[in-house]
Amino acid sequence: MAVQSEHFEHGADVGVRGRGSTPEEAFEGAAQALFHLLAEDTGAVSPEREERFECSAAGLEDLLVAYLNELISLADTNGLVFGRFAVRIEEAPDGPFRLSGRAWGEPIDPERHGSTVLPKGATYTALRVGRQDGCWVAQCVVDV
Amino acid sequence: MTNAGFREVEPNVWEIPATGAMRVPGRVFASRELVDALDEKVREQVTNVAALPGIVTASFAMPDAHWGYGFPIGGVAAFDPEKGGIVSAGGVGFDISCGVRTYTTGLKAAELGDRLETVAHDLYRTVPAGVGWGGALRLTLDELDQVLLGGARWAVESGWGDPEELERVEERGCMRGADPSKVSHRAKVRQLNEVGTLGSGNHYLELQVVDRVFDPKVAQAFRLTEGDLLVTIHCGSRGLGHQIGTDFLQRLVPLSGHYGISLPDRELACAPIRSPDGADYLGAMRAAINCALANRQVIGGLVRRVFARHFPQATLRLLYDVSHNTCKVEEHVVDGSKRLLYVHRKGATRAYGPGHPDLPEEYREVGQPVLIGGTMGTGSYVLVGTARSEERAFSSSCHGAGRKMSRMKAKGIWQGKELIRDLRGKGIIVKAHTAKGAAEEAPGAYKDVEEVAAVAEAVGLSRRVARVRPVAVVKG
Repeated sequence: MAVQSEHFEHGADVGVRGRGSTPEEAFEGAAQALFHLLAEDTGAVSPEREERFECSAAGLEDLLVAYLNELISLADTNGLVFGRFAVRIEEAPDGPFRLSGRAWGEPIDPERHGSTVLPKGATYTALRVGRQDGCWVAQCVVDV
Repeated sequence: MTNAGFREVEPNVWEIPATGAMRVPGRVFASRELVDALDEKVREQVTNVAALPGIVTASFAMPDAHWGYGFPIGGVAAFDPEKGGIVSAGGVGFDISCGVRTYTTGLKAAELGDRLETVAHDLYRTVPAGVGWGGALRLTLDELDQVLLGGARWAVESGWGDPEELERVEERGCMRGADPSKVSHRAKVRQLNEVGTLGSGNHYLELQVVDRVFDPKVAQAFRLTEGDLLVTIHCGSRGLGHQIGTDFLQRLVPLSGHYGISLPDRELACAPIRSPDGADYLGAMRAAINCALANRQVIGGLVRRVFARHFPQATLRLLYDVSHNTCKVEEHVVDGSKRLLYVHRKGATRAYGPGHPDLPEEYREVGQPVLIGGTMGTGSYVLVGTARSEERAFSSSCHGAGRKMSRMKAKGIWQGKELIRDLRGKGIIVKAHTAKGAAEEAPGAYKDVEEVAAVAEAVGLSRRVARVRPVAVVKG
């Protein structure tokens, strides 16, 4: 299946959800949903700049929060919006999950990109990574 | 008793009895209408907070409460270090020391005349707001450390305002105990270009007119009369505060077991006040408070520049600056004796009553100005702290109208451009960096600020002094 992304409701903020045939794809979908807050059409974001990063966590759910927070921090610090994502996750036999991420984007132009709100941080609220209906789902609420 | 299990113990005061893991009861200040509209999650979060170690008296929710992270927004809880009390990163939130500051201008709104549009546009151009905007300042890491130590005092010493203003900023403009060495490099780098920026979401800058005075004596002390033009700024500690929130949530969640704390919700991430982790969070969080105080002080300076261009006769004078996402050490009376408590206010405003020694002399007789932000279509309130507030909820009050509708739902109901046009028809100019962002902040997405303020007064959390309505709004 193709990577899917969507928002879901939260009383004051916004939920981001990704779906895919692997945890990696579900993470990439969640990242797409996150950056839909900063660009109406993430597909139109120019991939002129690439950022590479790594993060780790004890479980897949915590890894999703760490991953999205990495992206928020990179975007905010460098004034970027990302539109394309690649994720590789490895589970060490006796240790945490490790994620190697790549994200492609360009300097943000709120008017052109149709940005609405800058995410402050990914939260543990409605956090879930798992299999559902034959695919992987990765989701959490983002504080905006 | 409501469906959500609240029991009305007196008019507008609802209680959740202490059962199970709860160490104290939960107490919600709300009218029947407000409590009926509360999300089930608020009850759950008030209950969870009541189970944290060292909590004193009750876990409170203000009249504008809604679903938050760990704590409800509008949550107040005090912890005693002598009783194993904790400090919670979730109890302060991501936007540390987000707050409101209001200036009087010495002008009547009527004097704006046909210059309102020009002034609003100049504010929109001068005060960086919205996504992806760098600030007026570009700081080095060493300079940022000075911001984190000095707060608004740093900004004033750098030329962004008068020293006398600092009297009317909480903590006299500088939070003691800040420790920049506990702030991550990443958090600092995020902030280097963000001092003096409004941000996005519900943050704003408004030109407002005082349209009703409720308490002439206090209004006089606050120098407010009907028809006055005010400037109000609502923003926080920007990227630095967000990163500190993120860093410490991640750090403290796995440590709860180490400290023997059972967390019903991971977003309550906390550590004992008297522990190295607790001390580190307090040092970093206080640095973020200073960051927010400096941020609002610099924005105030930018507003002054705009007024100097259009109204050289204007005299911008700070009414007050309050923070509503904090944990502060305060002396309170519990069971008849004074105790030093760590008071968490998440989406709640400190509201000291008359005579409190921490108030500036000019307000000591009447009480602390409590600035609450409403919506861009209805209005906001200037309240004053009361003596009753101390016994009610450790001298705390509401912080705004409080959301009642999700951003997604709001965007589905209102079109940004249409909303901006409708507000213009009502005499309110909205300058928004994105129309969609404005739709998410539609007045209808918030609770009725009139009811929130009336309940705050009815239960004695604070008292209404003046209602203000916006005439121009700059949104991120």
